[in-house]
This record gives sequence, C-alpha cells and structure tokens, in this order.
Amino acid sequence: MELRTIEQLLDKYFDAATSTAEENQLKEYFSSPGVAPHLQQYRPMFGYFAHEAAHKFDKTVPLKTKRHYAKWISVAASLVLMMGMLFYFNYQPVSQDNDLGTYNDPEVAFRETQKALNMVSKNVNVGVNSMNYIGEYEKSRKTIFKE
Amino acid sequence: MNQAEFIKTISPFKDKVFRLARRLLVSIEEAEDATQEVLVKLWNNKEKLQGYGSVEAMAMTMTKNYCLDRLKSKQASEMRIVHSNYTDRQAGLQQQTEDRDSWEWAEKIMKNLPEQQKLIMQMRDIEQYEFEEIAKIMDMNETAVRVALSRARKTMREELTKTHSYGIKNN
Repeated sequence: MELRTIEQLLDKYFDAATSTAEENQLKEYFSSPGVAPHLQQYRPMFGYFAHEAAHKFDKTVPLKTKRHYAKWISVAASLVLMMGMLFYFNYQPVSQDNDLGTYNDPEVAFRETQKALNMVSKNVNVGVNSMNYIGEYEKSRKTIFKE
Repeated sequence: MNQAEFIKTISPFKDKVFRLARRLLVSIEEAEDATQEVLVKLWNNKEKLQGYGSVEAMAMTMTKNYCLDRLKSKQASEMRIVHSNYTDRQAGLQQQTEDRDSWEWAEKIMKNLPEQQKLIMQMRDIEQYEFEEIAKIMDMNETAVRVALSRARKTMREELTKTHSYGIKNN
C-alpha cells in the first residue's frame, strides 16, 4: 500500500475516526516486513493488539440447574410437624392409666363419698365466713346513713 | 434454553469476556473467575436472555461492572499487586524476542491508562467492536467514546515514540 495512504490513515486513526476495516488495513501493514523506518515505532502497538486478540478462555463453566431446595425443606418440615401433632393427640389419652379411683365395696364407697363432700362443704364454708365481713360492713353503713 | 443452546450462545464472545476481564484484573486466575461468574449469571437468567437484543453486549457490560467492583474491593487491590509482574506468552508462537519486548512496552502503556480508556481501547483495537456497540456497553455516547479512544491512542503514540527514540539514542 502506498505510504501516503498509510500516513493519512494513521492520522485518522489517532483521532479515532477510522472504521474497523481501515484499522485492519493498518494492522496488516504493520505486520508486514516492509514498514517504513519513520513508522517503526507503531509496530509494537499493532502487533500487540493482534497478539492480544488470540487469548482464549479454556476453562469449563460449571453450569448447574438451580434447584429450589429451600421450598422442599419447608414442605418436609411442615409434614413432620403435622405427623408429630397427629401422634401426640391421638395416643396421649390411651397412654393414661385407667384408675379412676372407684371402689368395689359400697360401704367404703359411701364413706369416701362423705369424706369428699365434707371436704367440699368445709371449703365452701371458708368462703361463706369471709362473706360475713361484708355483712358487717353493710350493717354499719346502715347505722350511719339512715335512709 | 438448554445447556447446548446456551453454550452455542456464549461461545462467540466468551473469549472476549475473558480478555476484557484480564485487561482490568491483570491476573489470569482472577479473570477466569470473573468470566465464570459472568457466564454463570447469564446461565441462571437464561430464560430472560431471549428478551435482550444483544446477549454479547449485555455480557460485556456485566463483565465491565463486575471487574470494576472487584477492583474497588480491597481483596482485589491486593491481588493486583501480587500479579503486577506477570508475563504470559503463548508457547509455540515463533515470535522474535524483539517483537515480544516491544509488545511488553505496549502492554505497560496500556496498563497505565485510566480504566475507561483501557476498556474502550480493548474493545475497539483488540475486539474490533463498532463505536455504537461500545457506547452501549459503556453507557456513554459515541462522541465521548471516540474522544476517550483518541486520547488513549495518542498516549500510546507519545509513550511509544519516547521509548523508540530512547532506544535509538542508546544505540
């Protein structure tokens, strides 16, 4: 190629006004043996660019399909919880012992019943006794505020 | 989109993603991690990919953002110091030592460019993207891209001229 053309292209090149085709012409010229002496300094540049384009990425890419484990973990956890509750509520009453405190002899049963009722009434009386204070209060109120 | 289709979609640009990441992160390992990260992100969103006009442009934008984030984090800045003296030459290429040395100059100059110029130069001069695509990836307008690129190229010229004449004086 004519030297003048190359020089013109170079000027355009440094103003970033060349097309890729023109830049390839320059690369070609500078990789040929007959580069003009006053343009020698540009050889490393174009040589380097051409050389750099040759690097390859040759590692494999680990392409795994993303799995949604998290969703299934929650499903499994709720299943386990439900099973646990099912077992707990179904088998808890059965496991209790069947002794309800019953008596076979009617006499003993009668005595025990009396004892139990006494205990209840005693406790009720405790409550009634404390109500007496309220009665006192009512009496004294009536003596003070005569209606 | 199944795995085969996905690989077909990414294969035209996965090297570009890697090279862009390497330009910014310098270390090859870091760049590989970044590339994997970006590709896995794309894979996880594979259902949405059809909706986008250009998956490649989106991947490049993601790479750019990811790498800039990495650089900002402290961890990465330590990595940068560790790997600042790397050299990586592909074996088998019968290149003259002189060429290799001069490429290293170019590499060093490019490394000292501001990140934005570095990215644009990478995408234009190495990956040969059109200005329109670069503008989209960088979220800039085309004129701004051209200005930044011109600046980067002129810095390159200046530095190379310096190095070149220095060599002559020494001879």
